[in-house]
Formats: sequence, structure tokens, C-alpha cells
Amino acid sequence: MSAPGTFMAMESGAELLRFSTCGSVDDGKSTLIGRLLYDTKSIFEDQLAHVEDVSRRRGDEYTNLALLTDGLRAEREQGITIDVAYRYFATPRRKFIIADTPGHIQYTRNMVTGASTANLAIVLVDARQGVVEQTRRHALITSLLRIPHIVFAINKMDLVGWDEGVFRKIEAELRGFAARMDVADVSFIPLSALHGDNVVERSDKGPWYKGPALLHQLEHVHIASDRNLIDVRFPVQWVVRPQAKDHHDYRGYAGQVAGGVLKVGDEVVVLPSGFGSRIARLENFDGPLDEAFAPMSVTVHLADDVDVSRGDMLCRPANRPVVGQDLDAMVCWMGDLPLTPKNRYALKHTTRNVRALVQGIEYRLDVNTGHREQGVAKLERNDLGRITLRTTAPIFYDEYRRNRTTGSFILIDESTNGTVAAGMLLSEPR
Amino acid sequence: MPHYQLDHLTALEHEAIHVLREMAAERERPCLLFSGGKDSIVLLRLAEKAFRPARFPFPVMHVDTGHNFPEVIEFRDRRVRELQERLVVASVEDSIRRGRVVDPKGPRASRNRLQTTTLLDAIEEQRFDALIGGARRDEERARAKERIFSHRDEFGQWDPKNQRPELWSLYNTRLKQGEHFRVFPISNWTELDVWQYVKRERLELPSIYYSHERSVFARDGMLYAAAECVERLPSETPFREVVRFRTVGDMTCTGAVRSRAATIEDVIAEVAASRQTERGATRADDRATEAAMEDRKKEGYF
Repeated sequence: MSAPGTFMAMESGAELLRFSTCGSVDDGKSTLIGRLLYDTKSIFEDQLAHVEDVSRRRGDEYTNLALLTDGLRAEREQGITIDVAYRYFATPRRKFIIADTPGHIQYTRNMVTGASTANLAIVLVDARQGVVEQTRRHALITSLLRIPHIVFAINKMDLVGWDEGVFRKIEAELRGFAARMDVADVSFIPLSALHGDNVVERSDKGPWYKGPALLHQLEHVHIASDRNLIDVRFPVQWVVRPQAKDHHDYRGYAGQVAGGVLKVGDEVVVLPSGFGSRIARLENFDGPLDEAFAPMSVTVHLADDVDVSRGDMLCRPANRPVVGQDLDAMVCWMGDLPLTPKNRYALKHTTRNVRALVQGIEYRLDVNTGHREQGVAKLERNDLGRITLRTTAPIFYDEYRRNRTTGSFILIDESTNGTVAAGMLLSEPR
Repeated sequence: MPHYQLDHLTALEHEAIHVLREMAAERERPCLLFSGGKDSIVLLRLAEKAFRPARFPFPVMHVDTGHNFPEVIEFRDRRVRELQERLVVASVEDSIRRGRVVDPKGPRASRNRLQTTTLLDAIEEQRFDALIGGARRDEERARAKERIFSHRDEFGQWDPKNQRPELWSLYNTRLKQGEHFRVFPISNWTELDVWQYVKRERLELPSIYYSHERSVFARDGMLYAAAECVERLPSETPFREVVRFRTVGDMTCTGAVRSRAATIEDVIAEVAASRQTERGATRADDRATEAAMEDRKKEGYF
């Protein structure tokens, strides 16, 4: 939904921030999102009227803002969030896309999906419960997906009398956990989603807290350096060859920059052929460009007539991705049938489609404890684990921690066409 | 803007271009659904951005109920001609003539629901396997859960509880015989984003989006265009009013709002200050039940 009353600053061009929220109904996650939307005036009268009406019919004591986010009939009937829902709001500084994900362990795959595109994750913690199994699971998944910023929202502070001791104990425990998880940027905010304290405005409750309100954090977190602007990676997506006399010699390679900064005149190498050339021209529909960076969709023209097609990748001669067929990866399994060694799947990586054979399962990761369970025979739906794969043809990749675009892949079951795994590539092949 | 950072509208635009190219590369028989409305006008511009200087690798299709605003039909034909692209018109009138559907009669009759049959017939006849649509997730509750590549089974049905997870920007575009995708490149745009884009790209829109005087009548708290194809009850007397339309659909189910917004700047200001969603304010088809959109989408609606 668009945000009424905020367009003036938006017109000058605000930044986009994608964030995911992890937590369950019990943590007050839907209430928190409802509060963010409500207090930034991003809820419309007809939506609010609808929620008030449904709340009344259900006999809720107060307007249940959670109803704003639960879209499907089954979700409203059961009072749960099943799937990832996307919500939109804006402030003068930024436009936000929320991937609202369910918190239960049987929806781990939905959490992974929502986290895959997020710049930031809000992990909800119920102040009364402290750090529980679910909190550790959410933090672990967030860190595995390399979301650069995590905000732990310590909710329901009103129910513990805004006791600083409660907050500090949770903070200390999660700081230790985050350090082990190798998360770059972590912050902690005590709040009450139900009453709106420290959500949009700083609250005078808990004067011991000197940090910002949640919205301020969302508006100001530094995201410009989260993208990889060092390693030039351009997966060729589509070859533009007009069948017209006016453009007889036109041959452009279109795609979305996956890393680095492409500049006119740069020497490049085409993978897998290894042919070298130079960027003669960079353009999009609006005209020529001097340079292009992620996530821009552009068209590249090379100085030489080399053979380039979809699935190829352009990079710099002295900075190439790994070219390999033996992959080491962390996967989140999403299929109905389990993953077992010797299974074959279709693998999609950037714009390249190959087939892959599961060589082995190194371990299953217990998402609640972080424990690595070795010697397992299969991964079940919602399991995370480290596996090895052999592909039919090489792919050109980077470690996921270095580049989330060239370091990720999906597996597809060729009999059902279902997407059965989200994969994150680890180190170089052995 | 800091260096090497895109503003939100450009980021959304580049994401949509990526989606269009991915679909063109991985599906054999796509098609772009064009209603003449602002969202599909934006889609046409995005297709230009994705594929020019070449022609679009797909035709443009309009599902015509026969009850469309004449201004919109005129605009449709002109825009497609300017782009030199191919237009396919799937006609609800044809479906009625061939006995595929029955034309509802009476003051509350609408051919809105009939479009699903016409659309699914056209998909089967033309063997389309991917239909690009301008639906947005901010429009409606059920749409908030929809994928960018949204799968439809061989009956054209959507199964909201069994959707393929969509990770990073890696789209699973595989299908079995007879199935198809609905592809929504502007899923992450809001109504305001669309209007800002229309302004930035200087896109022409059908005149009914801007304030004008016309003969209307009131029904269920909404204003409808007084037209031959919309049967009125005896109490529904037409009157002149200065209005504009926030969405463009069939005349029988699209309401107007009172508005003096005559320019794109006026409209943006009005949208930004609006306290009603566009579909809530003006679409009778979504008001039928709490899950009206979810139910129609399951059947194969847009």
C-alpha cells in the first residue's frame, strides 16, 4: 500500500530497504507490523474498517492489527500466518518492503524465502520469555542467509514493567550468540508493539534506553556498502538482436549486474569460453551509460565479435569467479520428499541451468541449537544442512558470504517442477 | 542519493526488467495482458526498456468485455500501433455468441467474472504459457501472498496454499503441458509508485484517469458512469458530476471518484493524501465477500 501524506519527500527519490520479520503471533509480530503501518499512516480507511469489523465479529477485545497482514482465508480462519506476505510503507527517507514470515519451525522454508532478499531482519523476542529456542533459530537462519543487519526487537516490555535488567540479560545473551554467528551489525530495541512504545516514536518509558525507536533505525541503517562493488560479475540474461534493417549489426548482451562496477573501456573475459574483449558500450533504454553496478539491468556491447549467450558470465581478467562442478553448499530443504545422496535435480544459478547429483550430506544443522549432526542419511522438509553436489556443467560462482547473487542457487525436482531447495555456496571445490 | 545507490523507483524498474527478460528467455509463448489501465501501460514501457531496439518477444492481449470505456479502447489501439506491436483481442462477446458463457441480465449484471472463461479459452487456443500482468501486491489481501512467477494448473487455477517458494531473484519457470504462469513484474510497486513512474516517464494515460465531467449515477455509495451497457434501477437517476477513475475496468463494476485532479501532479497529490485503497474505493467486484479476490484468482482470474 502506498503511504498517504508522505509523497513530497518521496518524489526526490528515496532509498529502498527490504526487511523481513521473524517471529510468531505470540511474539506480537503481526501487531508490530500493524503498528508500523498504522503509525506511519500507511493503512487506509477501508482496510482499517475491515479489520475493525472482523475484530468485532470475532469478539476480540481490541482492534486486532494482525488481521491486516493475514491475507488468505485459511490464515484468517486459523489465526496463523502460513506464507510470506509482502507489505509496503514509506517515510520521507525510505520506502520499505516487508517480507512478513511465519515463525514456526514447520515454516522454516518460508522464513528462508523472506530472508533471501532482505537487507535487514527484525527478530522478535518476547521480554517475558527471554531468549528461547525459536529466537536462536531465527537468529541462526538470519545469519546463514547473510542478512547484513539484525534488529532484535525485545517486545512486550510493558508486561515486565520496563525492567532494564530483563532487557540487558536478553541483550547480553544474544550478543554472545551473534558473535558466534558472525553477524556484522546487531542492534537491540526494547519496545511495546501493542502500545506503540519505541516503534515509530521514542517512548519516555524505560528512560535507561538511549537508542533510537525502531523506525528511526530502519530509516538510518547504512545499507549502501552492503552490496559487492568490487568483483565484476555480469550474468548474460538475454541477447538483444533486432531482426530489422536499421539495427543490422546490433548485438547487445542484456542482464542484471550481480557485482562490481562495469565501466566502458574495461577489459572483460567471457566465461566459460575464456575469450577476452573490452566493453565498447553500456546502455539502457534511456541512453548510453558510463558505468553500471548491481542491481542495474543494462545492455553491454563488446568490442569484439565473440560468441556470447545466455548463461555466460562477463568478469574482469584478474578477478574471476570460481568455475566449478563440485559444489559445497548449505541448503534449506523445501521438498515434500527428502533429499538423499544420489538424487538428481535441476539446478538454477544466476542465468544458468544445469543438472546436479547429490554426492553426500556432510551434516544436518540443528536450527535450534546450531549443533552439527553428522552421519545423517537424508534431509527432510525444513531441514538445513551442508551437502556436496556434482553438476553436469561448470557454474561460475562466488562464496555466498561474498556475493548473495552469484553465491546462491535453487534446486528443482524435475518430476514435479517444485522448487525443493535454497542453496548457498561455500568455499572453493575440493 | 549516495554514489552507486539507486532510488527506489529505479530499483523497482530494474527488478521488473529482470523479470521480463527472465520470462522471455525461459518461456516459449508469453503474452502481455493489456487492459488500457495505468498498470499495464507501465508494463508496456518496462517491456520497451527490456527489449528495445528489438520487437517484444510476445504479443499484447486485451480481454474485452464489450463494456469497456470507449476512451480506453481508442487509447489501446493507438498505443499498440505506436509501438508497432501485435494486438490480440479476446472478446467476451465472442464467448457469449459461442455459448461458452451466459450474458447476465439486469441492473447488477457484470461481465467481470465471464472474463475468466474468455481468458482461459484464449490461453488454450493460442497456447500461451506465460501471461504478464500488472497486478500489485499492495492492491488486495490475497495478492500480497502471490509470487512474481505465479503458477496455474491445467485448469488455470491458482493454489495459494501450495505455491513455489521464490528465493533471491532465481525464478523457477518450469511447467508441465497445459499449465501456465501469470508473471507480475510490478508486484512490489504501490499505487503511488505507479503514478510517480507515469510522471517520470511522461506516459500518456486514457483521459478518464483525469478529472472530467460526465453523467453518473450513485449505487452502494459509489458513482458509476451512466452508459447504455449499465442497466439502472428506477431510483438511480443520472446526474452530471466532475469525476475521475482510479482504476480502469469494465464499466459495470468500476466506480468513479469525485475529483478535480486534472494533471499528473494533481493526481499524485490526491493519491498520496487518499485514505482509501484504489480497489476499496472503486471496485464493486472486490466487495462481494471477504475473500472475493482470492476466490476469483483461484478460478483463473487476472
